[in-house]
Amino acid sequence: MKTIKLRVFRYIPGTDVRPRYDTFEVPAERWTTVLDALLHAKAYNDHSIAIRYSCRMSSCGSCGMMINGVPKLACDTKVSELNNDTITCEPMANFPVIRDLATDFTRFFQHHKDMKPYLVNEDVETGVDAETREFLQKPKQVEEFLQFSYCIKCGLCYSACPTVATDKKFPGPQALAQMYRYLADSRDQASDERLKIVDDRHGVWRCHFAGSCSKVCPKGVDPALGIQLLRGYMMGFSKKEKSIAKLYKPEK
Amino acid sequence: MRESHIMNIHYITALAALVLVGIHIMFRLIMPYAESLQYENVIANYQNLPYSIVLELILVTVAIHGFNGLRIILIEWRQGEHWEKGVTWTCIAAAIAIIAYGTRTILIASMAGAA
Repeated sequence: MKTIKLRVFRYIPGTDVRPRYDTFEVPAERWTTVLDALLHAKAYNDHSIAIRYSCRMSSCGSCGMMINGVPKLACDTKVSELNNDTITCEPMANFPVIRDLATDFTRFFQHHKDMKPYLVNEDVETGVDAETREFLQKPKQVEEFLQFSYCIKCGLCYSACPTVATDKKFPGPQALAQMYRYLADSRDQASDERLKIVDDRHGVWRCHFAGSCSKVCPKGVDPALGIQLLRGYMMGFSKKEKSIAKLYKPEK
Repeated sequence: MRESHIMNIHYITALAALVLVGIHIMFRLIMPYAESLQYENVIANYQNLPYSIVLELILVTVAIHGFNGLRIILIEWRQGEHWEKGVTWTCIAAAIAIIAYGTRTILIASMAGAA
């Protein structure tokens, strides 16, 4: 069995003077993922390594980290595909470190929340006793936003964004792509209200179109495209008036 | 003013400056380059009204586009209400000052021969 060297970033803010890297020798098979390697090191070498993880199948988006300098999900990255006997794991860039590889998502989720990531439709009653209704949407209307709804909020795009690195008020690719997701949804009626949120000094215009967000997304979402489409709406290239989906009420 | 309006102006001034500089270069092509830099020819150019108007428009578009670009760089570099307001007003003042000084130069040069 092959053995690899795992270099792990270690730092406890407020306790450690400066970060350090601990190196562990870890066995690796062809199918071993970086998360497997880290959990092996945690189980057999040092229990105190702080990692955030859950599903192990790139669904939850918890185990994002810099792997050999690139933001990736540890559970979605096989050791064999890195073509390197030394693997360096660091916390995601653009996020404050809580401890070792665990980062603070507070600001990231605040930006997401600021985008009103929910459907706004006054025709629908939302009370507890409200009757359940459904909307009729054409396949083309679904295609408008479908890929953006695959976002798992792992933060890799936020970590890769060069604008976020210097401008902390910039919402980042994840939040802006989610903004477009709801803007393009024919069930949503709050287009103007949404556009005002990102038409700000630190809003959608600060994207430099580096495209690194789309490159690192583990779910194939293209946030850079969402941002450009959002700009299209603001500059008048895309029509703001959309045909709002109709409520469907089955006959009893 | 909304950022989308500012950015529309930013893109329009970029395109306009590109077209105007192209026209300006074509104006200069009517004689050899070295000859066009002789004092009499430069003054004669300034006294040509369309040439002066193109120069003035280049000055205005480049100043607006350039100083807005500088504002964007500076507010991305650092954040804070005082800093951002300071940068915005300084850039507006600097653009006005540059346009005023450049306009003065164009007017003086265009009137030099007339005097």
